[in-house]
Amino acid sequence: MADKLPSEFDVIVIGTGLPESIIAAACSRSGQSVLHVDSRSYYGGNWAGFNFSGLLSWIKEYQEESDVGEEWAAWQELILETEEAIVLRKKDQTVQHVEVICYVRQDSDDPIEKAGAVQKNPVSVMSPGLNDPLDTVDTSCSDTSELPAPHNEPETALEVLEVEVTLEKENQHGYTSCSQSALERDIAEHVPIMEDVANAPKKHWITYSQIVKEGRKFNIDLTSKLLYSRGLLIDLLIKSNVSRYAEFKNVTRILGYQEGNVLQVPCSRADVFNSKKLTMVEKRMLMKFLTFCLDYEQHPDEYKAYEQSTFSEYLKTQKLTPNLRHFVLHSIAMTSETSSNTLDGLRETRNFLQCLGRYGNTPFLFPLYGQGEMPQCFCRMCAVFGGTYCLNHAVQCLVVDKESGKCKAIIDHFGQRISAKYFVVEDSYLSEKTCSNVTYRQISRAVLITDGSILNADSDQHISILTVPPVEPGSAAVRVIELCSSTMTCMKGTYLVHLTCMSLKKTAREDLELVVQKLFTPYAEVELENGEQEKPSLLWALYFNMRDSSGINRDSYNNLPSNMYVCSGPDCFLGNEHAVKQAKTFFQHILPNEEFCPPLPNPEDIVFDGDGVQPEVLVPKPDTAKEVTGQRNPEEHAQE
Amino acid sequence: MDGTGEPGGLRIRAAPSPPFIYPQHGRLKVKTTEKQAEAKRVEREQKLKLYREATEAIFQKRQEGHLDESVLELTSQILGANPDFATMWNCRREVLMHLETQKSPEEFATLVAAELGFLESCLRVNPKSYGTWHHRCWLLGRLPEPNWTRELELCAKFLEADERNFHCWDYRRFVAQKAAVPPAEELAFTDSLITRNFSNYSSWHYRSCLLPKLQPLPDSQPPGRLPEDILLRELELVQNAFFTDPNDQSAWFYHRWLLGRADPKDAIRCLLVSRNEACLTVCFSRPIIVSPGIETLMLFVDKSPLPVEWRTPDGRNRPNYVWLCDLPTDFFNGQSPQHSFSLMWGEVQKECVLYKGLKESWCQDSATDEQLFRMELSMEKSTVLQSELESCKELQDLEPDNKWCLLTIILLMRALDPLVYEKDTLKYFQALKVADPMRASYLDDLRSKFLMENYILKMEYADVRVLDLSYKDLTLLCHLDQLLLVTHLNLSHNLLRSLPPALAMLRCLEVLQADGNAIESVEGVVNLPRLQELSLCDNRLQHPLALQTLASCPKLSLLSLECNPLCQLEAAPEELRAMLPGVDRILT
Repeated sequence: MADKLPSEFDVIVIGTGLPESIIAAACSRSGQSVLHVDSRSYYGGNWAGFNFSGLLSWIKEYQEESDVGEEWAAWQELILETEEAIVLRKKDQTVQHVEVICYVRQDSDDPIEKAGAVQKNPVSVMSPGLNDPLDTVDTSCSDTSELPAPHNEPETALEVLEVEVTLEKENQHGYTSCSQSALERDIAEHVPIMEDVANAPKKHWITYSQIVKEGRKFNIDLTSKLLYSRGLLIDLLIKSNVSRYAEFKNVTRILGYQEGNVLQVPCSRADVFNSKKLTMVEKRMLMKFLTFCLDYEQHPDEYKAYEQSTFSEYLKTQKLTPNLRHFVLHSIAMTSETSSNTLDGLRETRNFLQCLGRYGNTPFLFPLYGQGEMPQCFCRMCAVFGGTYCLNHAVQCLVVDKESGKCKAIIDHFGQRISAKYFVVEDSYLSEKTCSNVTYRQISRAVLITDGSILNADSDQHISILTVPPVEPGSAAVRVIELCSSTMTCMKGTYLVHLTCMSLKKTAREDLELVVQKLFTPYAEVELENGEQEKPSLLWALYFNMRDSSGINRDSYNNLPSNMYVCSGPDCFLGNEHAVKQAKTFFQHILPNEEFCPPLPNPEDIVFDGDGVQPEVLVPKPDTAKEVTGQRNPEEHAQE
Repeated sequence: MDGTGEPGGLRIRAAPSPPFIYPQHGRLKVKTTEKQAEAKRVEREQKLKLYREATEAIFQKRQEGHLDESVLELTSQILGANPDFATMWNCRREVLMHLETQKSPEEFATLVAAELGFLESCLRVNPKSYGTWHHRCWLLGRLPEPNWTRELELCAKFLEADERNFHCWDYRRFVAQKAAVPPAEELAFTDSLITRNFSNYSSWHYRSCLLPKLQPLPDSQPPGRLPEDILLRELELVQNAFFTDPNDQSAWFYHRWLLGRADPKDAIRCLLVSRNEACLTVCFSRPIIVSPGIETLMLFVDKSPLPVEWRTPDGRNRPNYVWLCDLPTDFFNGQSPQHSFSLMWGEVQKECVLYKGLKESWCQDSATDEQLFRMELSMEKSTVLQSELESCKELQDLEPDNKWCLLTIILLMRALDPLVYEKDTLKYFQALKVADPMRASYLDDLRSKFLMENYILKMEYADVRVLDLSYKDLTLLCHLDQLLLVTHLNLSHNLLRSLPPALAMLRCLEVLQADGNAIESVEGVVNLPRLQELSLCDNRLQHPLALQTLASCPKLSLLSLECNPLCQLEAAPEELRAMLPGVDRILT
């Protein structure tokens, strides 16, 4: 390796998820030297987003029972007698039960040519129906493992190769501050993409090879979240000016699911005014209730008597029709019918309402190119302020001084010992030994590619969020986020649908499949029936479980040195509040007297002290491919 | 910056050496606040200097008549910073008008294109500058082939940014009119903005201008009325708005416009001929000034024109409903058994015949027939009004304290039937006063007005010339033009503070009772030819001088003034007798 890393930093951050990236950025911004490493080849950990082929590689990694590789024990020689090691985990175990089901034709570009060949229809082969999940698990898995980049598309294969090579080169440097996806997009722009989709007649069958061919149009997040427009993350993005690295779109619709129908929930003043579904009196009652919720704390008499009851019981006392109660409970407060009390419900409703209208008629923003952009934006800010980045860089162990009980250094996979004052480690890196007392919850996730929206409307470019209440006793409420192609997360003519819920059953598929069946039809059935479809069809689906390491007490980990901080992976909630709070708390431990991500100075106000040569560029002023797409901070965006 | 030709300068890339901001030394530092303040001050000073110099240069050139492109350049610097400097815009207009005569059409077209671009950049700085929008109007108005489509797009863009920018709304109306945009298209545009945010007076107002133009109305339809299907659609739209947010005024105002109707046609309401006073009195549908060049009246007596002098009852000849003229006294001595009078006011004509042996004669429009008092609310089919009333009552159940809702209920009830709903209306007035205490006095006046209307109607139904308005809590007298023929008026025990000048219109009044009010002035009791008895007991008349005008009433013989502050004055009875020698009895 040509460039050795410096042997000393102020802060070493292991893992590039959102909280780690925010801490890295904040420390770097406050003048600390930061080494930020990730053993993976991509940014974000479980917060990452992938294009389609990237996701396939990710799936493969988790489906293969690959061995960890030979144990490299030479590091033990680097540990002094007065020290001991905290060994880090080699293989990530936060993701389980990965299942892929492909509903579209996998073997051919031309649907007509093979239309009669039912045998070849992948769905009929691997998934005789959604009704028998147990039977299909193995089939679908093995099937998927046979889904590498298709060989009949040399061009695509080349692209993939090129990216991999480029990344390889970057990573060998050991220093990379450029976001992977931005880089890929750079390349993608130079490669002519075959436009047969655009030229095809209006109603066309989408095939698997088309999805693969346009795989670059996808940005599929492992974690599906939205930004509350007055949430902590937006505040942080604006305050720190990190927002310049990203672009956002407003979620356009809040949907509700009632009696088998998907309905638009009127939640803003304009929605209520425009709604054709509500009667005049319903409009008044809904507005009245929502207005009350905005400052409910000023009117304790209105809810005091119901503090002990559930929110849904309380709603019944509010002269709201069953329709409206349903909307408020599930789509606005997004709380549980059985377990949320009145105060929780009122607080959540108020939070929702306060976020309305800042950037649009819904409270949520979605980052273009996906939530996976968020950690990368903070990494970029960290790099701008001098942070050092290494992907594909595994850390063998942390070195702890026996006497002081403090962590002193890390030993990386090259056997280099790098010391630092503070260590931030993401939970998934910790070994079983450290986590033996920790109990984790699980999140169930599904990622679907579909050919139509769950609620057709005037425009086909809606970003929608839908909460499906528990479909049967003992199941969880499922959050559905449907992204259109203009969010830059999926190819034209398709939608990317994320389902998230708390895991209650064994696998993600068991948790989510009922909801998927209610909302979508498998693509194959459409082909066979060839009739008018009410539900959109499912082209491709991925199910997996992800470990939820939020809310774990520091004391639950065994023998944590006092200068080591453990960041959680993504939680099950819609917002990013936990990650920001955690990052801020840790930062304030590390640098108690420093402001957390203060605004960037005005370019004119920057003067350089010190004797060094005036650096070429004074102000961080990034311009990558992303920048060219027109960076605006959300404030400006909203003014449009 | 880095000379590589890459856009933007810094490229964040994998850069092992050296990090461009040293963490140890050469770290980012921010200037101190004093330094910042000083830098700001210097900058401001420089700006001011430049501004002053440019302004001076422009005035110099203007004075010397150098109206060339350099003035355009200089003014654009000034206006770029301050688009509200009206003189600068005038200067530009002078230059452009001058250059139009100097340049070839092609050259001038380039100038105009540049001017339009400049204006747009000014609007981006300040989208609410009167000067900028005005200049754009001026410029577009002068162009031989203006591109109106582009202007409409410009408006749409600026209204997207701020849907309540009334400067831009004004300009849009100007453009839409010039470009003859079909009203339906503009209506759809207002739809789209109301959908986004219905708290938008401009949008609603524009609808009220567009709807009557939407389709040619049949001639039979009264002007300003909408076809029923459109009206119902609009009512539904506006109901959506006030059920969503009943505190938003814009929707209520539009609702009121929808149920309102156009100004009534000009009419002569009443023609009164009195033999004893040899006087002809006319009441018009609106206050007018009779004077050559303003309004001319033609009086025909027995078919031949009679030149007369017109005056108002109070003699001030200001705009008034009632005008009168003296008839030649010898006129009634003639042998003719009857006289016919015909008055022409523009297109309008009214006739009246005074038969032999009668002291007076009149011809009057009935307030009931003409539904005069529903002027502010339409004569829409009562089914429409009734259903509006139902929904408002429904809303009122939900929002008992909403003042707009209460007021609309009152108005609707009056439009439906003022007498049937009289009790309900008064009840709602009570609630409204509680809900809106800030406007209690306005509401009292409004209530007084409605009550007077009701009693005038009742008087007409009873076909009498006596009006009893005692104990009604009146704070205001109105519609006095409707009382031209009243002989006996009882205003006792109300909350009146004066007998206003308009009272002089009651030309037939013989007995006026106004006891138990808070009257301080009686300036309206003037020139009343038949007034015999006036009772003003228990009021707030401070001084005999307040009663000076009574001297102009020739027949006044009984004046009751008990329980007024002036009764305390020792000299009062004497002063009064001296001031009003014609009055037989003055009770103090």
